[in-house]
Amino acid sequence: MASNSSGDGSSRHQIARHRLSVIAGHLQRPADSNAAVLAVDCKSQGSQPNVNTGDRGEGRTIPRRRQEIMKWNGWGYSDSRFLFNKKGQAEFTGKRYRLSGMIIPGLKDWMEGTFGASLQHKTQATPVLNTSAVQPPTLNEAFVKELKSTGIPFSHEAEDRVFRAHGHCLHEIFALREGKIGRVPDMVVWPNCHNDVVKIVELACKHNVCLIPYGGGTSVSSALECPPEETRSIVSLDTSQMNRILWIDEKNLTAHVESGIVGQDLERLLNESGYCTGHEPDSMEFSSLGGWVATRASGMKKNIYGNIEDLVVHVKMVTPRGVIEKSCQVPRMSTGPDIHHFILGSEGTLGVVTEVTIKIRPMPEYQKYGSVVFPNFEQGVACLREVARQRCAPASIRLMDNEQFKFGHALKPQVSSIFTSFLDGLKKFYITKFKGFDPNRLCVATLLFEGDREKVLQHEKQVYDIAAKLGGLAAGEDNGQRGYMLTFVIAYLRDLGMDYYVIGESFETSVPWDRVLDICRNVKARIVRECKDKGVQFPPLSTCRVTQTYDAGACVYFYFAFNYRGLSDPVHVHEQVEHAAREEILANGGSLSHHHGVGKLRKEWMRETVSNVGMGMLKSVKDYVDPNNIFGNRNLL
Amino acid sequence: MASKTVFSHRDPMLKKRDDFEDILEERRNTSDLRYALRCYTPALYKGLTPCKASELKTMVLRSDQLLYVINQVSKETDTAAEEIQAEAEAILEEMAHRLQLSTIRFFAFTLSKIFKTLFRSICVNEEGIQRLQQAIQEHPVVLLPSHRSYMDFLLMSYILYTYDLALPVIAAGMDFMGMKIVGEMLRMSGAFFIRRSFGGDKLYWAVFSEYVKIMLKNGFAPVEFFLEGTRSRTAKSLTPKLGLLNIVMDPFLKGEVFDVSLVPVSISYERILEEALYARELLGVPKPKESTSGLFKARKILSEDYGSIHVYFGQPVSARGLAEGRVKRSQFNLMPRHIPRKPTEELQDFVNDSAYRLVRAQEENMVLKPWVLLASLLLQNQAAGNKRGMPLEDLTEQAVWLRDLSRQFGAFLHWPDHIPPSKVVSSSLSLHRSLVRISEGRVQLTLEQGGRAEPGLPKAAMTPEDELLSQAVIVLSCVSYRNQALHVFIRPVLLASAVHAASVNRKQEIFNAFSFLRNMFSNEFILRPGAEVQDFEEACYLLVKSGALRFNQQEVLVTERGHRTLAFLTRILDPFVQGYQMVCRFLCEEATEGLTEKRFVPAVRKFIIKHLLTGGLKYVEVLSSDLQKNALAALLRLGAVQKLRGGAEQGTLKVNTVMVNSLEDTLGGKLPTQKPLAARL
Repeated sequence: MASNSSGDGSSRHQIARHRLSVIAGHLQRPADSNAAVLAVDCKSQGSQPNVNTGDRGEGRTIPRRRQEIMKWNGWGYSDSRFLFNKKGQAEFTGKRYRLSGMIIPGLKDWMEGTFGASLQHKTQATPVLNTSAVQPPTLNEAFVKELKSTGIPFSHEAEDRVFRAHGHCLHEIFALREGKIGRVPDMVVWPNCHNDVVKIVELACKHNVCLIPYGGGTSVSSALECPPEETRSIVSLDTSQMNRILWIDEKNLTAHVESGIVGQDLERLLNESGYCTGHEPDSMEFSSLGGWVATRASGMKKNIYGNIEDLVVHVKMVTPRGVIEKSCQVPRMSTGPDIHHFILGSEGTLGVVTEVTIKIRPMPEYQKYGSVVFPNFEQGVACLREVARQRCAPASIRLMDNEQFKFGHALKPQVSSIFTSFLDGLKKFYITKFKGFDPNRLCVATLLFEGDREKVLQHEKQVYDIAAKLGGLAAGEDNGQRGYMLTFVIAYLRDLGMDYYVIGESFETSVPWDRVLDICRNVKARIVRECKDKGVQFPPLSTCRVTQTYDAGACVYFYFAFNYRGLSDPVHVHEQVEHAAREEILANGGSLSHHHGVGKLRKEWMRETVSNVGMGMLKSVKDYVDPNNIFGNRNLL
Repeated sequence: MASKTVFSHRDPMLKKRDDFEDILEERRNTSDLRYALRCYTPALYKGLTPCKASELKTMVLRSDQLLYVINQVSKETDTAAEEIQAEAEAILEEMAHRLQLSTIRFFAFTLSKIFKTLFRSICVNEEGIQRLQQAIQEHPVVLLPSHRSYMDFLLMSYILYTYDLALPVIAAGMDFMGMKIVGEMLRMSGAFFIRRSFGGDKLYWAVFSEYVKIMLKNGFAPVEFFLEGTRSRTAKSLTPKLGLLNIVMDPFLKGEVFDVSLVPVSISYERILEEALYARELLGVPKPKESTSGLFKARKILSEDYGSIHVYFGQPVSARGLAEGRVKRSQFNLMPRHIPRKPTEELQDFVNDSAYRLVRAQEENMVLKPWVLLASLLLQNQAAGNKRGMPLEDLTEQAVWLRDLSRQFGAFLHWPDHIPPSKVVSSSLSLHRSLVRISEGRVQLTLEQGGRAEPGLPKAAMTPEDELLSQAVIVLSCVSYRNQALHVFIRPVLLASAVHAASVNRKQEIFNAFSFLRNMFSNEFILRPGAEVQDFEEACYLLVKSGALRFNQQEVLVTERGHRTLAFLTRILDPFVQGYQMVCRFLCEEATEGLTEKRFVPAVRKFIIKHLLTGGLKYVEVLSSDLQKNALAALLRLGAVQKLRGGAEQGTLKVNTVMVNSLEDTLGGKLPTQKPLAARL
């Protein structure tokens, strides 16, 4: 191991800790106290109130060496992936998901039919990272020396650095699969608590080192890419080890949490105390609380719980100028522009979010999925609009277009009994033949209700009544649940696509209600046209869904993918198409981003989005807070 | 050079011609009845929301835009919204079409009969039909035919029916509706009627624009209208009207459809049915009001031979493509789209520019017959004072020369190369025997027996003025054929005239003279605003290509054989120059206080007749009211004449004598080569 001694030591702890958490998992309940396996005790911990849940390490998902459990050149866990087995059937490996270990019979035909892909044409990704392709780190010796003296763990091992040099944009993953490595951070540090971050930022300022905060690494805006023009030593500040819930305040229903905790851990730990945040972005398995704050994240169940800006009560951020935070934890205040809004969406350009007080709610008593089929997308949108008008949106309501409905259908796992398949056939017959829905036009809305049982049932009826008035037919819980599953496995599917010459991406926008249909139609058509113009040989998949409803508009999510056989520079074509699609969105009254953020991918449009004065405001904040551009990821501005 | 691309697509014209198919051929061989009753299943727009014509009305009346305007008008006029609503319904009732297949079938049958008697052939480019069929399925389609005859829109629907294409709905002028039964028949064949002017009537505009937009957006049918607004009486393309183009662009610009395909269609008649009618109208005999009985009187035309018709369906032009990089569509983001808004200047320029591009596309695909060239030559000969006409051999020789020149300029000329030129010439002349005759081997216009128009009057009883006018009918008829070729020559013509007039041969100075002329005549010819440099480059390119000009660094030199070309080209512009000068002189010398726009044409006509009779002016075609109106429009545009608004003096013309005088002088040969002079205008 090429890592320094501190890293070496911690990795041994790491393995031990991992083993312990596995055992704890078997025992169903985590051991009460396992302070013995704490890798490095945070010096500041003594000053924290002593809360049981505050113990580090137990059952936490993300190890320091992420590559131990996660793919270095693809999405998610190493053990979970789609593949075509020897019989040519699609299968999802691992044990983590509902779909794990299942055969998905329809996927092969769907892929062949939609993309013209073929099992015969496969491209293998580079299996292991060729560390010699990684440029040696440029280290700022003085900084490293002082950092060492603080005892904060760090590493300049190639694997650690490469892992933190990218998010999950197509071009980033594509390059990794080809074994192409660009500029990567020169070093990774793992602070354990707020005070560690303060020390790191102080040292970085002192030695003029560039810091790039790293949370869950799920960015899709090129936000984690190291600016190639950066000549200083780049240090990736990985917050993943700052993952404790420091306290829970049941009287005010808030929890004070370190920013590095990932969504699934936060929910699970809160659940143990009977609470939840209800914040569930699609990336919640891996994305972190600090990342949510820094990008203005949005969760699937925002209709009940709110988006991140509604959930945050207090934020602590370390900047080159010092620590910024409010003096109280209140629901609202009138003290000039809300300083939280400088932090929310700052995308790591101003500092590192270290601790957040977030609202919590008692866990819902009852959850129910549902779905409604509409004869066409127009009627589906009309239904969502009416639901929003009446302000009776369930925890989540999403409308998939016809292509996505078919896509979801292709992901149906093998049914175990003849009876179920018979029932499916009957349902299909009823909808297409009896009700006269055109299978090439119908679309489906998926629903998730949450709350106490009685209210859920009442609520459900209200929504189904609206749907029925607008031509919808209830289509069962199963369809609904599968719709939500799709969002968690879609990223895994992209990896499968890339094995067979198919590349794709998703992107989102928010748009006023009266333009929803227009933007969906035009952006999808633009994608198809651009692909054709750019010489793509096969018709692309171009699909969308309305994923969130608001009083004044909706959030729309697009997927596009195409078979790139026959193209010399598929990534470039892909980028051109995505660029054109974004132009189309903006021309049709959509926003630059609803929740993915701007990063570097979309910053060319920032000025026209927020006006010159707006840009000036943002810039002057940056200039005051970080005059030497220590937080030099160059996102946003 | 960017301008090069303008020419490249014109060259393969032989290929273009080969692709024409005569649709009358099949009609002559198979049953018209069976044809009229055959199964008609056109391919439709993929995004079509099927609905009946009556449902369209409901959609219009319930549209956000109309409801908004109804409310607004109701508040402004302090009238109950229901009343305004009823008014809107009435407007819609008056306007709406009632497209019925049975009427189309009726027309298919009768028109087959009529077309077969009138025309030798109706040639349609098949490739264009295929492109159109494709376009109809992909995006809403707007058909933009040229407008030279009443026949145009029946012909269009007839062709689309023949090729099993979606039948269009057609914007027609309200005057058609006056024709009792025919008006209703047209309505049932897809025409919808719009008032000629409704300036300021918000409600009318809202109903009208919403009606068109809803048909377009839903893909109900291709929308057809005439960019030129009205039939061109001169066979020159008219400067485009922007109202309807604005309306059909709107759904694209506001993102309500992904794209709109604009399909220019060029309809060229070998002989125009309304030939003499137009000439007389231009001379001040008012246009007969459209009436059914009038149509029957016109049936004597059925016994004549009108040659062939060529219909060229052009390449569909994407509204999206036109707007790319020119229009910021996000400008509509900050206001609800149903609230009517005055278009920004940027947008107006864009639509205007697009309209010119589309008209030029129409022009370029107009099929020219040899007669068009003969008419040009004969008119020049006549103006030169050769009363006895032109020897047939000379005419043939010159026609061949002109054929080659016009081909070099990219004309879409339909000259049968496998037939000896003399045969081509004589057969052309015989088709137009009402305008020319051959006597003693010489070809001349049928001027002296000009009584053709009023055969009842004995020759001796005619006043000199009457005689002049009856000659003018023949001349203007010929002019209308010559005009068909003007678009081919106009840019070289302007350059040739600039070279001719400029005292020096420096390129920059010639350009200045060129831009003066171009600016002066931009109401007369289709010259895209702002494309001055491009037009100049194109003219230079064409004249160099044809060997008439040479460029020696910054100098322009006329070659040995270029003199003939340049002389011919200059003579094309001559009647226009003299006509404009006449108008200027009239305004300076005779315009009385309180001359109104209405009385301008009769007054200037009298003035011109006087000068023609005294021999001070040789071009009879200057009598064309079209030319006179264009001249006035140019002077108004340049600010040499002002139109007073409001009060009792409404429409009175106020002449800036100094400026008009100087313009006249400049046209008379003192073309400005200095920039400041041109800039002053």
